[in-house]
Amino acid sequence: MTRYLLRCFVIAYVLALILGPLYMVFSQALDQGTDQLWTAITTDAALHALKLTILATVIATVVNTIFGIACALMLVRRRPRGSALINAIIDLPFAVSPIVVGLALLLTFGIHGWFGEFLTGAGLEVIYAVPGIVIATVFVTLPFVVREVVPVLEELGDEQEQAASTLGASSWRTFWSITLPSIRWGVAYGVVLTVARALGEYGAVAVVSGKIAGRTETMTTHIEERYQGFDTVSVYGSALVLASLAILVLGAMMVLSRSAHSHHDTTENR
Amino acid sequence: MRPRRRTTSGDALSTGIITAILGCVVLLPLSAVVWSATKDGTDSFTRALSNPQAIDALKFTLGAAAIVALVSAVTGTAVAWVLVRDRFRGRALLDAVIDIPFALPTIVAGLTLLALYGPKSPVGINIAFTQASVVAALLFVTFPFVVRAVQPVLIELDREMEEAASSLGASPSTILRRIILPNLLPAILTGTGLAFAKAIGEFGSVVLISGNVPFDTEVASVYIFGLIESDDASGAAAVSTVLLAISVVVLAGIDVLRRRSTR
Amino acid sequence: MTIEIQRVTRSFGGHVAVNDVSLTIGDGSLTALLGPSGSGKSTLLRIVAGLEVPDGGTVVIGGREVTRLKPQDRGIGFVFQHYAAFKHMTVYENIAFGMKIRRRPKKEVRDRVNELLKLVQLEGFAERYPSQLSGGQRQRMALARSLAIEPEVLLLDEPFGALDAKVRRELRTWLRHLHDDMHVTTVIVTHDQEEAMDIADEVVIMDHGVVQQVGQPRDVYEHPANEFVMGFLGPVNEVDGGLVRPHDLEISESPLDGAAEAHVERIVHLGFEVRVEIVRADGWKLWAQLTRDEVETLGLQPGQLVWVRSRRARTFEDDPRADPVPTQA
Repeated sequence: MTRYLLRCFVIAYVLALILGPLYMVFSQALDQGTDQLWTAITTDAALHALKLTILATVIATVVNTIFGIACALMLVRRRPRGSALINAIIDLPFAVSPIVVGLALLLTFGIHGWFGEFLTGAGLEVIYAVPGIVIATVFVTLPFVVREVVPVLEELGDEQEQAASTLGASSWRTFWSITLPSIRWGVAYGVVLTVARALGEYGAVAVVSGKIAGRTETMTTHIEERYQGFDTVSVYGSALVLASLAILVLGAMMVLSRSAHSHHDTTENR
Repeated sequence: MRPRRRTTSGDALSTGIITAILGCVVLLPLSAVVWSATKDGTDSFTRALSNPQAIDALKFTLGAAAIVALVSAVTGTAVAWVLVRDRFRGRALLDAVIDIPFALPTIVAGLTLLALYGPKSPVGINIAFTQASVVAALLFVTFPFVVRAVQPVLIELDREMEEAASSLGASPSTILRRIILPNLLPAILTGTGLAFAKAIGEFGSVVLISGNVPFDTEVASVYIFGLIESDDASGAAAVSTVLLAISVVVLAGIDVLRRRSTR
Repeated sequence: MTIEIQRVTRSFGGHVAVNDVSLTIGDGSLTALLGPSGSGKSTLLRIVAGLEVPDGGTVVIGGREVTRLKPQDRGIGFVFQHYAAFKHMTVYENIAFGMKIRRRPKKEVRDRVNELLKLVQLEGFAERYPSQLSGGQRQRMALARSLAIEPEVLLLDEPFGALDAKVRRELRTWLRHLHDDMHVTTVIVTHDQEEAMDIADEVVIMDHGVVQQVGQPRDVYEHPANEFVMGFLGPVNEVDGGLVRPHDLEISESPLDGAAEAHVERIVHLGFEVRVEIVRADGWKLWAQLTRDEVETLGLQPGQLVWVRSRRARTFEDDPRADPVPTQA
């Protein structure tokens, strides 16, 4: 009886809090009629925003994947002095408000920021330009790959790598043929989380982008700008695009965590 | 204990590079915030923080985050329990749905909550522009933290412990209180801490549904955003520094917990 | 290839794992590094392999100084206790790995792998993944993998430690035959004295990072250099300031020269072997190892009065660990 009540409560809670709202995006967007919807999401501003979002996502994902793997290898395999501090720094972007991130970049790279004069002198625009959006996205997605890869590396141990080296493999070769294939699910999961967060980043980007339509608007800031303009069709159209991407990401997460687990199972029955 | 591997100069170099990147990307910008908040002395810092609107926004944010963290702790544990220990059709779907708030952009989350629980609510609940709407938005975005922290621990939890307790005459409720909850506690606290940290900084999901009414529904991040828009960078930095400090304390607390539970 | 280890030292933090060890391992021999856990035997083996770098001293393999060489440049084969199987590769790919690194022609790789699969009795398992093999099969695969590159030296770190007793004995005999066929210089680390005595031409006994004794299995058993070696190689009784093996205790129903009066406390039948626990008149407790027939002939019963003396007690004067014997193998 208790079990049944608990189950019902949990399902009801998830329906009201999560599935209900998700359903609303789709129903609201499709209510507008597909023609109008298509027009709204293919305006120049919307397409430009989509392109910019994808650009920032791709760069952030590539940068953080390479950095994340290198960083995880360093933390697990070399255990440098001060790794507790390094760990804490890596976690910071999880805990810091996106608005604070945006402000931080503004105060570092903005005209009145630490490097403002230098950047202006060099003719480089960061804030209210694409580089600022990319840096903000890199910042907020920095921890994901590291955090997914570290436990996998720890569980893997370094015996296989040592075996490869006794068989004549250089450290570079060992990385490509032993380490990377062994951590691939962890990396993939981290990448998916990075993509999800990068696609949806709003606060930090809102601060540093200046939200100039057709120039520095990303999908999320485009939605907000259209919302202020009472353009419901565009709002829900763009929201639909982002939500669909989110669901794709979610599907990828499910598939990956299943693969990672089945891989895990086979490693366990030694 | 495995011994630390000997470091060669190549190791030291790459370690140095990685640490330097981390410092440049994460620490440098954040220290610019603290620097900007304190560069004109403590007076301007305290002035920025003694603004009644700032105090109210901070108080409301902390209060709402605390409520949300507590509710999340209870519901998250319940959801994790149902996912691990209950068997019914659709459980896999439920498991997949948990991560939606992680995957869905926060601005879209806010929009959808507004559509469902706003003025045009199809279910007749309108909480838009109230403090309750902020709590609802924060509950949504922080929902996965406790579930995903507790779930793996619950899966690994040794069933023999419970069987041993019941063989010793413990009732189900005693087993829950004395055996299960103490073992889950570090994970629950970790998840709750993460949810709290997320909640105090949340912006995207709150900004549309809350209406941002000063002294009522305005949260700290929205207040900071307003200051940035009106070019009060040092004021924004002062309030940001408070948020940063809370984040750091929460992270440190979680780290202590993590170490204690792995010991 | 001869392995010469000269004055090698390695410490971890404040703990000295290998303390100024010098040792020569003869070409084509099968040598066991034997000792309790923490004795430094694995660290010494890993230094020979290049998986650890010594703080001081040199390692010479076949006349070539390799102390600072990386493992991949030493021409060694290494077998790990937990197999270190490449889990994402098939058995075939695992064994072929070293040859692929060396860019050997495809046909040569295929022929050699098939030959090795036969040698380690894994024909028909080529396309399986390590997770589909038993522990013993995985270790045979790992052995084939290390042999594929025709190493000059084969190093095995507790290779059978993770296997159950029966498989362990089978693989041990099999490895000995393999060595007799191939004559590659082989060093095996083990904490199991029976395994070392069974398999090795030469046994190197280590404790506290120091070599305690080197010799042929029978020699070290018969003439242990110190108390530690004697105690580690088999059970002992402490008696009158010396050590005696339980099978060197003589029990008689009637008084003997130099025998002490005692009574039988408990008789434990372990099949062929019988443990007789006795208490001397002065209260000192001992146990003797007798055969079933001996016990029957004597007609021993619990509580019975007997006389006991030792045939071959050993006394060790100095603290042996402070001053290890010079080593030459």
